Amino acid sequence: MKIELPVKTRLAFPLKDKSPLASLRAGDWILISGKILAGRDQTHRRLLELLEADRPLPFNPQGQLIYYVGPTPAPPGRPIGSAGPTTSYRMDAYTPRLLELGVAATMGKGPRGPEVRKAMLQHQAIYLAAIGGAGAYLSRCIKDATPLAFEELGPEALLLLEVEDFPAVVINDLIGQDYYQLAREKWRS
Amino acid sequence: MKIISQEEVIEAVARLAIEANVDLPPEVEKALRDARQKEVSPTGKMALSILLENARLAREAGLPICQDTGVAVIFVRLGQEICLQGDLYEAINRGIARGYSQGRLRPSVADPLTRKNTGDNTPAIIHLELAPGEDLTISLLPKGCGSENMSAIRMLPPSVGKAGIIDFVVETVSRAGANPCPPVTVGVGLGGDFELAALMAKRALLRPLGSRNPRTDVALLEETILEKINALGIGPLGLGGRQTALSVNIETAPCHIASLPVAVNIQCHAARLKEVSL
Repeated sequence: MKIELPVKTRLAFPLKDKSPLASLRAGDWILISGKILAGRDQTHRRLLELLEADRPLPFNPQGQLIYYVGPTPAPPGRPIGSAGPTTSYRMDAYTPRLLELGVAATMGKGPRGPEVRKAMLQHQAIYLAAIGGAGAYLSRCIKDATPLAFEELGPEALLLLEVEDFPAVVINDLIGQDYYQLAREKWRS
Repeated sequence: MKIISQEEVIEAVARLAIEANVDLPPEVEKALRDARQKEVSPTGKMALSILLENARLAREAGLPICQDTGVAVIFVRLGQEICLQGDLYEAINRGIARGYSQGRLRPSVADPLTRKNTGDNTPAIIHLELAPGEDLTISLLPKGCGSENMSAIRMLPPSVGKAGIIDFVVETVSRAGANPCPPVTVGVGLGGDFELAALMAKRALLRPLGSRNPRTDVALLEETILEKINALGIGPLGLGGRQTALSVNIETAPCHIASLPVAVNIQCHAARLKEVSL
């Protein structure tokens, strides 16, 4: 079954500049291609430890998208296993610092806290939701996965993913809207 | 007296781990299809289409439905007339380690303080119940933590009555919002004490989707809570709509005259569960 998504925009990461984000609105479906970073709890903790110790990050944060995912091991002949989003609020404590360094977008599932929303507006970054629990479906949009750092963390390692037409919904846009809130107000009965 | 070897248990549990993670139970798939039919929000409907396609692809490719292959929650019913060779707990944990490794399932269990991954998804969380007869039944519920983290328990004063119970369950699902990957199944443990309420809430998730509690007053409570949850507007994956929960399953036990424990255990849309009898 081919699913036709009502796609508004296609974005290629890392972004050269953040201007393509301005026209996106909460609730838009978008397709993502290019190279994105993948990391979750322990990777974020390590990144912040590096920053606190004044040491360089294992990547250039400018224009990057960080996808909160801990994939299953790759089966033979495939770059990655099941790879859906994990719950984002657990990364809230680390996110403002990374946005300050130029990260343009984060992607996971579930709402972000007020501090992250404030930091997103301040640094002109967006938040996206991938389809929670659709790990097998989303793994087909991932063409390559290369470990970048912290390999000893296993499923929590930092990866560089090459993606093609990876679907996501804009949750927080640059004018301060939150799609989870808008959708709830609209469909509450 | 039936004799069951340790290897039989290990192999059965290993197989369960793989099947439970790859093959969504048909009644869950049916519930998701029905939800898609009923969903009025276009974005919610789209999300449900993707989830159904995901279940098909996972089965076809032998890939886990979700990357969160869960902590292995195991319910065992052990017939008292069985002679089990070797240690049952050890056999189950070896089965989990084997299944998670062979099936390329994500090891997701870590030390609570050091956060160091145990590497093989053990130890499993094992609930053992003795039963009459010669059957050994093992049920595996791989419990992902996007939903598990949204669980709650409250020791309510009995004076709050039914209205207080309803409020607490609905408030818990409302606060969870998009986090637990709705449409969810809501397990509720009502009564007992602190730990029995929580255990009943999880046991309630073992019930087939769409089944009702045999007690009519409890069944009515299930229906009432389901309706209120689906009026919250959260919808599939929190993207808006009316299909926020597929089912509310309540289990009850008598409690102390001074007490009204209510536990809520939330299950995501991937309500994975497999059972085997030896």
